[in-house]
Amino acid sequence: MLDTLLPILIFTALTLAAIGAVRRIRLWRQGRPSPVNLLKGLAAVPRRYLVDLHHVVGRDKMISNTHVATAGGFVAAAVLMILVHGLGLANPVLGGLLLLASTSMFIGSLFVARRRINPPARLSKGPWMRLPKSLMAFSLGVFLITLPTVGLLPEGLLEGSGSWLLALILAGVLAWGLGEMFFGMTWGGPMKHAFAGALHLAFHRRAERFGGGRSTGLKALNLENEAAPLGVEKPADFTWNQLLGFDACVQCGRCEAVCPAFAAGQPLNPKKLIQDMVVGMAGGSDAAYAGSPYPGKPVGEHAGSPHGPIVALEGKALVDADTLWSCTTCRACVEECPMMIEHVDAIVDMRRHLTLERGKTPNKGAEVLDNLIATDNPGGFDPGSRLNWAADLELPLMADLKQVDVLLWLGDGAFDMRNQRTLRALIKVLKAAEVDFAVLGNEERDSGDVARRLGDEATFQSLAKRNIATLSQYQFLQIVTCDPHSFHVLGNEYGELGGHYKVRHHSTFIAELFEAGRLSFAPWRGGSVTYHDPCYLGRYNGEFEAPRNVLKALGIEVKEMERSGFRSRCCGGGGGAPITDIPGKQRIPDMRMNDVQETGAELVAVGCPQCTAMLEGVVDANAEVRDIAELVADALVERPAADTSGTAHRPAATTTAEEVIV
Amino acid sequence: MQPEQQGIDVAVLVSIGRHPTTGRPRRAEQDARGLELALAMEAELPGTRISMLHAGPQDDGSEAALRGYLGMGLESMTLLEQPEGSDAIPALATHLATAAPQLVITGARAERGEGSGLLPYALAERLGWPLVNGLAAVESVENGVVTLLQALPRGQRRRLKVRLPAIISVDEAAPAARQSAFGPARRATFSMAATHPEADSELAQWHLAPARKRPKRLKIVKSASARDRFKAAASKSEGKGGQVLTDVSPEEGAEAIYKLLKEEDVLR
Repeated sequence: MLDTLLPILIFTALTLAAIGAVRRIRLWRQGRPSPVNLLKGLAAVPRRYLVDLHHVVGRDKMISNTHVATAGGFVAAAVLMILVHGLGLANPVLGGLLLLASTSMFIGSLFVARRRINPPARLSKGPWMRLPKSLMAFSLGVFLITLPTVGLLPEGLLEGSGSWLLALILAGVLAWGLGEMFFGMTWGGPMKHAFAGALHLAFHRRAERFGGGRSTGLKALNLENEAAPLGVEKPADFTWNQLLGFDACVQCGRCEAVCPAFAAGQPLNPKKLIQDMVVGMAGGSDAAYAGSPYPGKPVGEHAGSPHGPIVALEGKALVDADTLWSCTTCRACVEECPMMIEHVDAIVDMRRHLTLERGKTPNKGAEVLDNLIATDNPGGFDPGSRLNWAADLELPLMADLKQVDVLLWLGDGAFDMRNQRTLRALIKVLKAAEVDFAVLGNEERDSGDVARRLGDEATFQSLAKRNIATLSQYQFLQIVTCDPHSFHVLGNEYGELGGHYKVRHHSTFIAELFEAGRLSFAPWRGGSVTYHDPCYLGRYNGEFEAPRNVLKALGIEVKEMERSGFRSRCCGGGGGAPITDIPGKQRIPDMRMNDVQETGAELVAVGCPQCTAMLEGVVDANAEVRDIAELVADALVERPAADTSGTAHRPAATTTAEEVIV
Repeated sequence: MQPEQQGIDVAVLVSIGRHPTTGRPRRAEQDARGLELALAMEAELPGTRISMLHAGPQDDGSEAALRGYLGMGLESMTLLEQPEGSDAIPALATHLATAAPQLVITGARAERGEGSGLLPYALAERLGWPLVNGLAAVESVENGVVTLLQALPRGQRRRLKVRLPAIISVDEAAPAARQSAFGPARRATFSMAATHPEADSELAQWHLAPARKRPKRLKIVKSASARDRFKAAASKSEGKGGQVLTDVSPEEGAEAIYKLLKEEDVLR
């Protein structure tokens, strides 16, 4: 009896899965077009899955092995099952392999089940709680029906009077497994992640991320075409492969666990945001969501549709605006996501609509954008005063020299008294190493970082184009900056607008100078030091080593924080978050200074004006905040046979800086 | 009361502003507040129609500034085109007389050009309409009478009932203007209206120079306690020894003003 029932069951499940797949694909295709190479993308899936994706999953060895056993076992078992039981190729070799595959899957599912006993808060519950049981049902069912094929079962067992009952039970278990694994895969069950995830790997909008590459620059809006939408108003305004990406979410909550805004109690949870996009794409309410909600926002009050607004003009729609404005664009979620989902892109896309179409940038946002338009800097300072802090330094200007080795990009920190100290220290270092450098001076403008992350693509492009025009007048080998945000924008985001530069962070440049023997340092006599990785230097640009090398060269042994390197926790200063200032239960920089305190370090080295400002703003902190440039400048000793300009006297730089400031 | 509320035609007069630090053209602060007031009326009084007017030349710089207003949520505006240096008052007065809006809102003082703050008064004189300055809010419109809240110094407010049509001017007491959004600003259209430009002959004769900070009158604080010194530094000086003249003849009024100017050494 099973011989007739099995093919029917299998092919029914496959047919339903195929119908579901077509429906699902139609949901994705509601999105805007985004050209991809279909065949090349599909061909790249195995490599992207086995190498790039497992590189992320493999950070948690237990779940990585579990997934290999379960998923590998499932894929093999599914294919073999269709051959053996669907098409009736009752070959003992195939059957043996099928037994092996289903055993592997069963063992894997045991580990999945173990993780579901007291699951961590980041995991979604609901249908995900039944998944281990479904996995067991499938693997066990397949195992049992295959036993007769290889002749391991006493022949008489499935005959006789009890056999009908036994066969029915077996068919029932198998039907449950098939339902979850095949039908559920394309009809929105937990297994959907496998179907959408594989296709997302194939048609990812940042294919450069695979194969060890990095792709972190936001994609430019087409402002020339007036018909093109300015950002994302409704789910269907995303590109189709973004929608596909949302659908790939496996709700593991790794993003939630690393999100600084979530930890601070601000109303953002990256996982919930992606699930809300899935709800919007299919239409409906978020009531079925079974994970952690946005802090302070109960589940079940929001609903949306593919062509309805994501953020309501009044009242509630799919997502509230403060959720979108809580993000610091630190990319921790993107870095952690095993499905390679691009949360930050989606958030900025939606912010673009709020700013460009609705004029609803919260709190100080509008003021900052107006300042950027009128004065080319976010603080509204006189653009002619950009070099006032360096009045005594006689900085060489690009306008005079036209051609130098290094163009020093000052960034908007030039208007900030704290960052002016860093800049003065950096200039002291450059002069000590006799670097041929110059600054743009008053010709420099804000890079456009804040404008872009607040969604004001128009102001960003205006600033970027004018900066590119200025830079094109001069010849230089590389740009060096102490602002990772400028670094990122100049290096990764100007390219699309026609500006291609070799940009270095000052820590990278100082490390090179030291290696070239152009700097010598007095031995470190301070206390213990830890290092805070700026998001825009580390995760955005992959520079984790150079700052540590510089600290090592200074004789400092870095006491690493638990979250450092690619897992560094944001200072809270990115993405315009200090400007939009969405309230939470605690402040992000306070949490980061607690991380510092846990290491017992007396000093935290930073490499970003934003991080400096945020971390120094923490009240009652136990550690001093110093930029790497300041540490280097303080440790400088005159090299033998160097010039005698007097720059080597240790306290000179800091005291003059303060005199100028006061 | 509610049913008698009715929407009216509102004309908002806007000028090209000038950023105080960089001098770049922008939407003028006060005019933008005027438009904000009109947009708030539109939201509260259904049926209110806003028309926005600017008299001046059409070029890239002024268009960008005018689009700054449009980005607050208007679909179009009327541009009374006239060459630089023309007097805006005749063009605006002629247009308003024909278009006949019930309420005209304007900023108190322009950020470039003469900036004398006389335009609302000159328009009111030409049209023969009442003028209320320093407006804080438009409360209601009933049967051709508008109830206004006028801002007085030190946070005081005065409620006024004014028969329409009327002109109101706004300064920093009015609610701050909303953010200007790029999309609506880009989509909005201009409708051109021809004018008979009159060169501002008086302005042409003037000698213009960058403004200097006016000297501040020193406040001599004779006080013993820190509290008094703080009060003197923090508070606006209350007019002392002033007198309120009511029901006096023009001659008596002029005499009082003349006497004060003498006392203050303005006239010698």
